[in-house]
Amino acid sequence: MSGPLLTVDDLRVTFPTRTGEVQAVRGVSFTLGRERLGIVGESGSGKSQTGRAIMGLTPGHAKITASKLGFDGIDLLKATPKQRRDLRGKRIGMILQDPKYSLNPVMTIGKQIIETLLTHEKLSRSQARTRALEMLEAVQIRDPERVFGLYPNEVSGGMGQRVMIAMMLICGPEMLIADEPTSALDVTVQLDVLSILDKLVAERGMGLVFISHDLRLVSSFCDRVIVMYAGRIVEELPSADLAQAKHPYTQGLLNCLPTIGTDRHPLPVLERKAEWLA
Amino acid sequence: MKMGKMTDRTALSVRDMVVTFDDYVALDKVSVDVATGESFGIVGESGSGKSTLLRAVAGLNRFEEGTLTVDGRKYDSRSRDKEFYRTVQMVFQDPYGSLHPRQTVDRLLLEPLVIHGFDNIDARIARALDEVGLGAGFRFRYSHQLSGGQRQRIAIARALILEPKILLLDEPTSALDASIQAEILNLLEQARKDRNLTFVMVSHDLGVISHMCERVAVMKNGQIVETVPVEALEKREFSADYTRQLLVASEGFRRG
Repeated sequence: MSGPLLTVDDLRVTFPTRTGEVQAVRGVSFTLGRERLGIVGESGSGKSQTGRAIMGLTPGHAKITASKLGFDGIDLLKATPKQRRDLRGKRIGMILQDPKYSLNPVMTIGKQIIETLLTHEKLSRSQARTRALEMLEAVQIRDPERVFGLYPNEVSGGMGQRVMIAMMLICGPEMLIADEPTSALDVTVQLDVLSILDKLVAERGMGLVFISHDLRLVSSFCDRVIVMYAGRIVEELPSADLAQAKHPYTQGLLNCLPTIGTDRHPLPVLERKAEWLA
Repeated sequence: MKMGKMTDRTALSVRDMVVTFDDYVALDKVSVDVATGESFGIVGESGSGKSTLLRAVAGLNRFEEGTLTVDGRKYDSRSRDKEFYRTVQMVFQDPYGSLHPRQTVDRLLLEPLVIHGFDNIDARIARALDEVGLGAGFRFRYSHQLSGGQRQRIAIARALILEPKILLLDEPTSALDASIQAEILNLLEQARKDRNLTFVMVSHDLGVISHMCERVAVMKNGQIVETVPVEALEKREFSADYTRQLLVASEGFRRG
């Protein structure tokens, strides 16, 4: 395949409210190949709405415009709901923040994974079951047979998130959007889940969009980082060059974290400037 | 600020505390001493018992065994008198869940003052808001009209308005953005300096703990694995393998 997997050009997401329109995303442009791209920003910066617009999960009353929103030659803005459904789960996967809320609580884990598979592929039940078990094993769940029959409330957060990854990767998508995939997890579990994700993304050659508020985490995980502020991209740079970030917002985000072994009292805080909104 | 002598200036002392929920042992003979003016940190993963310890001290959980001494007075497993809450106040993790949704900021701050029979109520509320960096304009707002950081400031104002000596902080910034976290941590540090407060702070973030505290207890499975000065984290002078795991986790993702 030539050309980028995903092209986003001048993406805008607008929500009508009683007091007028609110632009959550204001002209975001980037391309994604088979690489790991991080999108970083605070709450309300539009990073999640960017991911949701690509996935086609923006609420119905919102307005999406873009001069181009294309996935592998398909114009996502002109795609019919049916085409979007065929893409979702099959060619584009999305991992959400908290497995407590994003897994179906009244369906066993195995059934949920199989549901994805049977929606997109013609398989017998037993073939699907075998595939699901293999996938659970791939996300390093020790006893897949047992976990297969459990309900989401019967597993820990870390295990729930692995199940989520399994469910999203089982159809072998070409692109994965991970929206704060480890923020709801314990620090010690975060690294396990990240390394599983990292390994699978590398093995399968997927494009990854990693959305997070944690700049350090994103830069340690991704090849390239986009920093968003108030619905716009303020800076884009390779992770390795993060220390040379030019925009004061990026520098502020990096500086305001307390770290072990540095003695800075008080901590530097971000001073938001009006011109960043422009 | 140096740690005071344990014997004469102990703000909070917990001895062999046991908390069980039905058959589950959440705290297993935990002992902690915090000196007056000290900032003491507790780290551990979910389920390690760190929040349970704070809640048992605050009287939100009962404890089955052990003793609790706060500011020279002993307290039993359940009841806490007004004097206790004058001395000890708590700030919770989730500012969305810990403020009454149908009370204005004014009302939220008024309630503790009335309960404890304070005078100069009006001036105290104004001063409390001022101290946490929110102006008078926030006084008659509801919590849903505030951002997460502003709500946490109100929660801190509510705790400080009774002029307590000890503040129990249960993950006060983990629900906030990194940039807002810095502001709240600075605010807490300033309050501690101005009022010579004693902090007991729970967090899963070793960076936050090492910034805010002088000593840190590492908890796992309801027990304290070890207690070390925070400088030991930097110099890697600790013995428990679990502490090392937490430290590695706090340094971010590494490939390979």
